[in-house]
Amino acid sequence: MVPEELVERIKSLLGDFAKEIKIWKNDYIEVEVDKENIEEVAKRMKEFGFDHVKDLTVVDYMKEGFFRIIYNLGSYDNFELSYYIVGIAYNIPRDKPVTKTLYYIYTSADFQEREAYEAFGITFEGHPDLRPVLLSPPVAELKPLRKDFVVKEDPEIIAKKK
Amino acid sequence: MSGIIRTQGAQVGFNDLKLPGMWSRKIGKDLYEIFIGPQHPGSGHMRIVIRVDGDVIVEADPDMGYVHRTMEKLSEVRTWIKGIPLFERMAIHDACNVTLPYVRAVEKLMDIEAPERAKYLRVLLCEINRIAAFLYGFGIFGVFLGHSTMYMWPFGDREVWVELAEWLTGARLTHSYPVFGGVRRDVPAGFTDSLRKAIRYMRKRLEDYRKIFVDNPVIRARLEDVGVIPKNLAIELGITGPNLRASGVKYDVRLNHPYEVYDQLDFEIPVFQEGDAYARVWQRVEEIKQSLNILEQVADWLDKHPRTPILHDKFWKTAPPLYKKIFEETGRAKLGAVYAIMKVPAGKAYERAETARGEISYYVESNGGNKPYRIRIHSASARNALVYKYIVPGHRVMDLPAIYGSIDYFPPEADR
Repeated sequence: MVPEELVERIKSLLGDFAKEIKIWKNDYIEVEVDKENIEEVAKRMKEFGFDHVKDLTVVDYMKEGFFRIIYNLGSYDNFELSYYIVGIAYNIPRDKPVTKTLYYIYTSADFQEREAYEAFGITFEGHPDLRPVLLSPPVAELKPLRKDFVVKEDPEIIAKKK
Repeated sequence: MSGIIRTQGAQVGFNDLKLPGMWSRKIGKDLYEIFIGPQHPGSGHMRIVIRVDGDVIVEADPDMGYVHRTMEKLSEVRTWIKGIPLFERMAIHDACNVTLPYVRAVEKLMDIEAPERAKYLRVLLCEINRIAAFLYGFGIFGVFLGHSTMYMWPFGDREVWVELAEWLTGARLTHSYPVFGGVRRDVPAGFTDSLRKAIRYMRKRLEDYRKIFVDNPVIRARLEDVGVIPKNLAIELGITGPNLRASGVKYDVRLNHPYEVYDQLDFEIPVFQEGDAYARVWQRVEEIKQSLNILEQVADWLDKHPRTPILHDKFWKTAPPLYKKIFEETGRAKLGAVYAIMKVPAGKAYERAETARGEISYYVESNGGNKPYRIRIHSASARNALVYKYIVPGHRVMDLPAIYGSIDYFPPEADR
């Protein structure tokens, strides 16, 4: 299956929910959706054959003022689909980082939503156990993966001091 | 590092059960909370908070992060090339497998591809790393089950592969071998002969392992029907690697999304249906056999083909004549200054690879600068950690080391 064919199938599957579909480097497909529709989109994608969340990526666009949440879905059971990764992406405002959980649709998102919570301070409403997973609570308070958190050991800062 | 939240203020009377070296306390009628790790020999650099009724586990909470190094953040303040030595710290004995998707993602963004010889060399080190990592896992598993021979033997045999890797790359672990556009070194003279010798030796040793460990009635009693992961649950939890294949799912990145030259090599993906700890042991034994087959084919290819450049022209054309002379004499490609100042075109790329413990995935985003804008890594062990939360409850405390060892969980890789 060529990526264009998969894009067509996703288009007919999601209808108006898919605002924009992009193909990156032939095997990564990014589907832009609205925050409100994310649960419905996830349900349809799961029925379609994308059975697990390979990883949950959050990108901080500080200047533009939003977080981009990307659920990168993969397939184990369907050989054709397993070649591709489909990223379901949506933006949420940086000053109000609240969104819905997909835990009840994709169990594999469990710890990853907790990771996004500790590193970016994003609240996933409805997640049954939203605690930091890797960081200790005082460090999680600093939201270390946000772009306004400056790494102290930044090699450039050290170089400037000399 | 989260379990600590629930226990703050509960230090009084914290050792109800008086277990040596372990915290425990009573939290209800017949219900105790036990902290296994992070210093306990049965857990590694992680802690599992379990609640037991009698000796049956009713709830398990994996508490990770003791070796967390914020690699995703650190990569954002370093130039592209510095990501390679950074990320391989995740699993130092599996360094080539772990860094390869990062290198490939950046190559994708730059629209370049490594020369064919470099691809074979990458596969060569990947499989050497894979075997060494499996043997490491076997050794730790032996310790967990109190089988000291199975600790000594694989750790001794692993040395064979570590020495081979050192001969090839110059470093026992953390090889930093694949770089953008190729690899650092070609094979030294006489390498493939030693490799074939090591393959013959390993095949013989696998038979010894079977006799003393895998077919051992005590080990079978500890492992059979323990930690069963049914196929549908394995898919739902998104667990990966040999653990997934031991549950009957035929998924291997080398097969489903072939990278480098895996699509030109002849190998099988072993699959077991049982999904228990014992099947996971067999799975790893069979995967070592397949890796040995792959290595044999790579050795044949390397013997047949003369030495050609191992770096992409984009990088190799800037090399001064002295570098080219050194490469012709010794097979070592010295990295040019272009790596230090390189910029990567803006865009996104997603790349994955099959490491010894399962699939690792990299999301790489560039804004056209000399540093990554965002790199998201999700490693195999981080995905397999869900097993503790969803599979362990219902088992006896005695089974926890057996499940932990059979998952081949590696904390530094999970914590990133």
